[in-house]
Amino acid sequence: MPKLPTFDDVKGNVQDNVIWKSIFRPGSIYRKGYRDTSRDRALASMNNVLYHLHPVKVKRHGLKLTYTYCLGGLSFFLFVLLTITGIFLMFFYTPAAGAGSEIAYANMREISASITFGNLVRNLHRWGAHAMVFTVFLHMARVFYHGAYKPPREFNWVVGVILLLLTLLLSFTGYLLPWDQLALWAVTVGTNMMGFTPVFGDQVQFVLLGGVEIGPNTLLRWYVLHVLFIPFITVIFLAVHFWRIRKDGGISGPL
Amino acid sequence: MSDEVQIDQEVYDRLIAEGKSERIARAKAKAASVRKAKIAEGQTLGPRPADQAAKALSDYRESAGGGGGVATKTAAPAEAGGAAGGRLTPEQRAARVAASLGNGGKEPASIGVPTSGAHTHRLLALVPPAGIQQVQGKQQDKVYTWPHLLLVEFVALLAVGSLLLIVSFFLDAPLGSLANPNDVPAINKAPWYFMGLQELLAYFHPMVAGITMPGVAVVLLMAAPYIDKNPSAKPENRKVANMAFTFFVVFWAVLVIIGSFLRGAGYEWVWPWVDGLGFTL
Repeated sequence: MPKLPTFDDVKGNVQDNVIWKSIFRPGSIYRKGYRDTSRDRALASMNNVLYHLHPVKVKRHGLKLTYTYCLGGLSFFLFVLLTITGIFLMFFYTPAAGAGSEIAYANMREISASITFGNLVRNLHRWGAHAMVFTVFLHMARVFYHGAYKPPREFNWVVGVILLLLTLLLSFTGYLLPWDQLALWAVTVGTNMMGFTPVFGDQVQFVLLGGVEIGPNTLLRWYVLHVLFIPFITVIFLAVHFWRIRKDGGISGPL
Repeated sequence: MSDEVQIDQEVYDRLIAEGKSERIARAKAKAASVRKAKIAEGQTLGPRPADQAAKALSDYRESAGGGGGVATKTAAPAEAGGAAGGRLTPEQRAARVAASLGNGGKEPASIGVPTSGAHTHRLLALVPPAGIQQVQGKQQDKVYTWPHLLLVEFVALLAVGSLLLIVSFFLDAPLGSLANPNDVPAINKAPWYFMGLQELLAYFHPMVAGITMPGVAVVLLMAAPYIDKNPSAKPENRKVANMAFTFFVVFWAVLVIIGSFLRGAGYEWVWPWVDGLGFTL
């Protein structure tokens, strides 16, 4: 009877072939022969897509959880989580409203009641959105109290404030989509305020509502803003934000 | 390796007392002892100024000038055979450099190529000290991103991810009845992060509360790094900035809390333990 291959044999064979080696670059921890040496630790960062986010080495004080509380990273994590859960919800949601064709609201009911994992994913999306507003705000406070916006990081603070506003807009545009009483009237409060913009008030309100009052056009418009336009802008600013962190010398401090 | 460099104990103790890390103190103490030894030998330290470097070069030329005969010897075959053997004599090289610099075949002053002498190794250039970039950054205590930082981040991500999953499992997102523009609810509130603005609406004209005040707040926030010129990042040196920001945050937080919990039907002031929580996330 032939000897069965051991786990290490199988692992060796899986790792030691052309396909595996083409996927994992030298220094990857998944590649055969990774050793816990300075060289391989450096390569693990340098030859990885995460090199866009992190340098090979970081300041030791930045590892302390109580310095950053990981707030920026968690905001980004929540953004990714919201993208994933949002895509799932998009499969089951149509932004259509109006007398006799209240599809959006009917879809919300289906997501909550009958779609597999629909309710859980919707909850994740809703609570994740609130959490993201909160972590972005806390991240800003942390950066302020550490004086981390001081030169050369002034502009990255400005980008950060823009990202905070984009986060609020993302959350607010999403607020309308369930098309229930809560959404309709919360958004009414907000859009009424925008109507008081000096000079262009009426025009601003008309563009945002797609009409003179909240209706099916508003729902479609805010849906497109929520799933496409604002995320697109946000990703651009995120890229600049992350790039500037690296270029401005990494994390700030120590104090 | 050659003999161990002694460390300067005095410098080492001082740096340790200043709270520098052991590694940095040791390196600086070593450098200090090397510097001391050099001074003891009568060497000057650091990059030399341009005139000194030029003087050192001319001194060198004079001292090597006696070997002119050697240079002539090597020059003779080269002149005869052009680039025979593919090598230039120091004179030819200097002449080429002078020609390319366009100063009429005169010997360039500071190109750094000895025009005579037995040394035939190639000096690329003498760099004037002003051209050397002086990096003054302090050496920093750094660790590898992998595994140190990435593991921390991964744990943070798992922690928040699972917390969110648990909350989502037990707590359902609200879903009211179908939107009806003709049915104005008694309690009509914006999302909590805009509650501060809605609370301002209770005191000011909508243009002031909804446009001017948030607009000024955002502009001030963006301008913060350009207003705050204080170079220090230490909390004890920036009490005004920290107090201003804290005031700003507490101001909005109070407005949000009042608007969210203490306002009921018709946006009248209510106590949540009397009239219930008029607030939905």
